[in-house]
Amino acid sequence: MSETSPGPEEVRHVARLARVGLDDDEVERFTDQFADILDYFETLDEVPEVDREADLVNVMRDDEVRESLSPEEALANAPETEDGYFKGPNVS
Amino acid sequence: MSTDHNIFVTEETVEGESEGPLADATVAVKDNISTEGVRTTCGSEMLDDYVPPYDATVVERLKAAGATVVGKANMDEFGMGSTTETSAFGPVDNPAAPGRVPGGSSGGSAAAVAAGAADLALGSDTGGSVRNPAAFCGVVGIKPTYGLVSRYGLVAYANSLEQIGPLAPTVEAAAELLDVIAGPDERDATTREEGADSDYAGAADGDVGGTTVGVPTELVEGADEGVVERFEEALDDLRAQGATVEEVSLPSVEHAVEAYYVIAMSEASSNLARFDGVRYGNSGGFEGNWNEAFSESREAFGEEVKRRILLGTYALSAGYHDKYYKQAQNARAWVKQDFDEAFADVDVLASPTMPTPPFERGESLDDPLQMYLADANTVPVNLADLPAISVPAGEVEGGPVGIQFVGPAFGEEEIIRVGSAVEN
Repeated sequence: MSETSPGPEEVRHVARLARVGLDDDEVERFTDQFADILDYFETLDEVPEVDREADLVNVMRDDEVRESLSPEEALANAPETEDGYFKGPNVS
Repeated sequence: MSTDHNIFVTEETVEGESEGPLADATVAVKDNISTEGVRTTCGSEMLDDYVPPYDATVVERLKAAGATVVGKANMDEFGMGSTTETSAFGPVDNPAAPGRVPGGSSGGSAAAVAAGAADLALGSDTGGSVRNPAAFCGVVGIKPTYGLVSRYGLVAYANSLEQIGPLAPTVEAAAELLDVIAGPDERDATTREEGADSDYAGAADGDVGGTTVGVPTELVEGADEGVVERFEEALDDLRAQGATVEEVSLPSVEHAVEAYYVIAMSEASSNLARFDGVRYGNSGGFEGNWNEAFSESREAFGEEVKRRILLGTYALSAGYHDKYYKQAQNARAWVKQDFDEAFADVDVLASPTMPTPPFERGESLDDPLQMYLADANTVPVNLADLPAISVPAGEVEGGPVGIQFVGPAFGEEEIIRVGSAVEN
């Protein structure tokens, strides 16, 4: 098993960071699977450093006002709205 | 017929213009491509009632070309899977090999073409998701060069890797659909000028006289015996038509799968943060504070999606970024360099598209790593931003086999030409 594989507590911690709710079964399965998968990812250690000659071009356009969605269209898929705004949970 | 295989998430007819190159064609559109007024679920419970207020650029172009959209094709949730079994709307069966998976993640799109439920289909290919189901369902699929086709309106999974691509019964029909969707788009800054006045369909002339086909030994070694036999027969056919076949080596591809999954999962962890149940996405209700409510609404993601978000978050987290993400970017640069060197000597590269015939349903779900390894022949192409085509090359016990041709950047005409020769 990989020396850096996360245990169940670390899986829960990463899930909190990612804001993804997990049940206990999922925590258990992911702990086992992550050990195998991360072990496999560790073979990336063997990859040499490679020069990257990126050929970059600026693709910024002028910042002009354009046609866009109406407020009604933008809000159409929101589960809850109020007075033309998205309504969400408390931030604190 | 379509209901037998669970091909469509939503069946709805959208008529295009009355005239155009696709005026007689029906098209199935993968359900992660936005269609104005028609729900677009990405195969996820999170978006089961999401109705986009606009069309993706490729859908606008389909309509302008006269095509009739006949439905939104089932898919692995958010494009994450190789078998179309992770959809919240149930798995798709393979019309060409009943009881087997159709491949993924554009399995509904490939099955629609194989079953005759649509003349043509659009899929998206992040690590092989057009070519894999094309191979498993016995149809043609093209993954275009990165930047050839607009991604505007494609619900993002891994932006730096994915391209929308056509599926069709023949190389020429796939090329015709590519002609319609290719070309620059001011709403996608990664598109280029190439493809604006393309005639890819005209390149499907089957003329391979003088063409040099390179075969990377690394992409043949791991394949099943029956698959290799079909592959060798297709190469013999090309030799008989005047092509030269030679072995080449791409040592970097041994690390392509790891690099692909680290990069794709990292980008997915960021992209899927937008599904918060506030602007769109199913809300878990607003109990508790923002973080709790957010986490609760995201319990609706399926297990493969959660797995990738978590692994991506982990790979990008402090202390692990250099170990995983930076090394994956090194591997990506190495893969690109390897391909560049190969194309100095050969016109196209050939390999089996998938190392096995279609899996039996349920076979790979318990072991995600095993499923990831099945993408070994397709993911190097996405890492290198190159075009590739999968063409049917007969069957073995278990179902259809595909042969893949990879070209240099914007070398679509060459892979279409060689692909069409396989049909001769």
